[in-house]
Amino acid sequence: MTDIKRPNDEAEVSALVRDAAANGTSLRIQGGGTRAGLGRPTQDAATLSTAGLSGITLYEPAEMVIGAKAGTPLETIEKALAEKGQMLAFEPADFRLLFGTQGTPTIGAVAAGNISGPRRLWGGAARDSLIGVRFVNGNGEIIKSGGRVMKNVTGLDLVKLQAGAWGTLGVLTEVIFKVVPKSDTVATFVLSGLDDATAVTAMATAITSPFEITGAAHLPATAKSSEVAPGSREDFAAARNGIGGEGARTYLRIEGFPVSVDYRAGELAKLLSRFGTLSRLEESIGTSVWSAIRDAAPLAEPRDAAIWRLSVKPSEAPATIEAIRPAMAVRAFYDWGGGLIWLAVSAEGDAGATVIRAAAKAAKGYATLMRAPDAVRAVVPVFEPESAAVAALTRRIKASVDPARLINPGLMHAGV
Amino acid sequence: MSAIAFPVPDAGILARRAALIEGLAALLPPDCLVTAEDERRAFETDAFTAYRRMPLAVALPRTTAEVSAVLAFCHQQGVPVVPRGAGTSLCGGAIPQEDAVVIGVSKMNRILEIDYANRIARVEPGVTNLAITNAVSAEGFFYAPDPSSQLACTIGGNIGMNSGGAHCLKYGVTTNNILGVTLVMMDGTIIEIGGEAMDAPGYDLLGLVCGSEGQLGIMTEATIRILRSAEGARPVLFGFETSEQAGEAVAAIIGAGIVPVAMEFMDKPAIEICEAFAHAGYPMDVDALLIIEVEGSDAEMDATLKLIVEIAKRHGVKTVKESKSAMETAAIWKGRKSAFGATGRIADYICMDGTIPTGQLPFVLRRIDEIVKGYGLRVANVFHAGDGNLHPLILYNCNDPIEAQKAEDAGNDILKLCVEVGGCLTGEHGVGIEKRDLMHHQFNDADLHQQMRIRATFDAGWLMNPAKVFPLEGRI
Repeated sequence: MTDIKRPNDEAEVSALVRDAAANGTSLRIQGGGTRAGLGRPTQDAATLSTAGLSGITLYEPAEMVIGAKAGTPLETIEKALAEKGQMLAFEPADFRLLFGTQGTPTIGAVAAGNISGPRRLWGGAARDSLIGVRFVNGNGEIIKSGGRVMKNVTGLDLVKLQAGAWGTLGVLTEVIFKVVPKSDTVATFVLSGLDDATAVTAMATAITSPFEITGAAHLPATAKSSEVAPGSREDFAAARNGIGGEGARTYLRIEGFPVSVDYRAGELAKLLSRFGTLSRLEESIGTSVWSAIRDAAPLAEPRDAAIWRLSVKPSEAPATIEAIRPAMAVRAFYDWGGGLIWLAVSAEGDAGATVIRAAAKAAKGYATLMRAPDAVRAVVPVFEPESAAVAALTRRIKASVDPARLINPGLMHAGV
Repeated sequence: MSAIAFPVPDAGILARRAALIEGLAALLPPDCLVTAEDERRAFETDAFTAYRRMPLAVALPRTTAEVSAVLAFCHQQGVPVVPRGAGTSLCGGAIPQEDAVVIGVSKMNRILEIDYANRIARVEPGVTNLAITNAVSAEGFFYAPDPSSQLACTIGGNIGMNSGGAHCLKYGVTTNNILGVTLVMMDGTIIEIGGEAMDAPGYDLLGLVCGSEGQLGIMTEATIRILRSAEGARPVLFGFETSEQAGEAVAAIIGAGIVPVAMEFMDKPAIEICEAFAHAGYPMDVDALLIIEVEGSDAEMDATLKLIVEIAKRHGVKTVKESKSAMETAAIWKGRKSAFGATGRIADYICMDGTIPTGQLPFVLRRIDEIVKGYGLRVANVFHAGDGNLHPLILYNCNDPIEAQKAEDAGNDILKLCVEVGGCLTGEHGVGIEKRDLMHHQFNDADLHQQMRIRATFDAGWLMNPAKVFPLEGRI
């Protein structure tokens, strides 16, 4: 049982890191613990919980900016924003279902993991919304970068560097995001029965139209048959459980003022007519569709499957799956118009790493092993292996922030 | 006049100039190496023209391999380098030093690939910002960041400085519109960062490089995001009796859930200067002018503009001019877009670039006026109201050294004010040499040392654009 430390403010975080430095012991940062299975398994002397660092520190709706201590539950942030008709543009995912974890996702972990959902297509990634950070580096120093204004080019951008560093470059203590208005109307549309390649073409046609698509995902067909009408709640349940049921489902989302949504929906239906009939979903069903896609819910079961997340050039997505399929049984679905592939395969052996990474690379992308037993993640690189020059740079950057490798050592790469 | 210090040139390097040029000549064809004094003069400053230094030589490589060879040579010789795009930096980001080789990317100016389905383009660093939009506009696409200098400035410079523009409120700045770069580090090592996928693996080196002001490497190729243009765009022009009212209207529009594609503010001196130059039909009886642009189909723009006009009326708007034609749209924008040029006609000016929380707008505008008047000078304010990025233009006479010093001092006071109210020294122009010595107002030693240690992971010997960004004293 590791020792759990719960600092209550930034100064206590700093003191803890200084202690760790003095004793040469490492710290594993824990937010809500909902993504505890992500990353390389490590053995650390102590866990540093950010639970005591909680609360919104700044919220100015008219400036479209919100700041909070790192351990603030995401739920708290989203509720505060919703009260003022705003939201985070990147639709952060909730991986509790995927990882079978309890607890509550925190805003600091959203920043550290650069966790973006379907709306990333339109609103950018978490890193694009993140405009300010405070963190404690491996020397116990409190460092700030960026701030509360959305245009800021003063000095090196350490804000972006923290996004996606998974806490390996210091303990985030406070994060500031720019936010966007929440739309009055969120409309979801479905096309039925498209094969993967056609679906990706249809999504690209929609995305490259002037009609501002804020979500484009495709659940491929499986052998399972489905008698229910496309777009109904039962149909989505079948699609979600079987990924597509008999018929594949391609979902598109448009948001805005009602008059604008109606207009764009009409134009989009005309534009996509060669791909079939575009049917509009009930709004509550649409909400379920996007949260399931966001959280990779269709792949949560069976629990023993390994889960990969591939970021690729969107047009190459179907070919990526075709390249993997001969080597192993694959269940997959597409988000971001094909730019993101979620993949479930057997966790046996290297969990398909060699074949999957080669396919992702051919598609100008890369793969992250999101979920697998500890034993697999101990031997298969979880994050994409880097070229020699970039790996050396990564190690130097880690050393420049956390020279004794005290904070989340080895979580992303061995020796980093 | 020289308030801003440059490092003392390395006498050893100056003494070896002939040998160094011979070394560079072995790496580049003759038309890619500039050594004659009159030809080097074109590179001695950028758009921050108050300062200039003659570089040792200017290399104009054509390929990644040539950039790598030149950098490796300079690294081995211990010679500083100064990267240069089009030289439009307003903060002296491309100003050389006497013992440095300028590496210009102007010969790497091809668009390599345009991929509409994936909404990306691969370009070389010397392509101009506007050339990218021009290359894709026939298909209805554009490249979003649009700095005022977009006709001349290069994408390499844009990435180096993380450039913004008038449309950032909706589309973000350069760092939000780049997917990957090929970067050559000081020792000549070539690395690929990001690529054609939406997210990149590992540390966000792209985010780090973007806006690093040529201190981490020279970018030789970039994959950028192109976006489909909206069906149409239309501005509305508002005149308010006070800047407080205008500021409140901006806050109310955002509060109503509307994010216009641009919200530009001009104060009375700016209105007068621009109207005299552009004859745009701006109202002369108001203290503040807002240009707000929305996008979409005609019906969408009608609906959004109706809401915006209603909000403006609730905040006491005095003049409302809705554009009814392309000609009227052009007229409304003409004044704003000529603001810098028009100001340059009546006086010399320095253009500041601080950002403030927009809630502080009325207070900061009042203080700017007091500060500048305190130095006996005049100021005109033109800025991006939605994101709080200010551009006070401080008017002075550059042939009067005392007045020039006053203008610089007033500018520094304004930037300190921006930091004090929760903003920053520079929103889109960069630190360069101009704001280098003010960095301590925004960052403490721990912050700066952390930045410098990360900088050193790319260039341990401080050879890349070394006079910039970080105060010369206290470097690590």
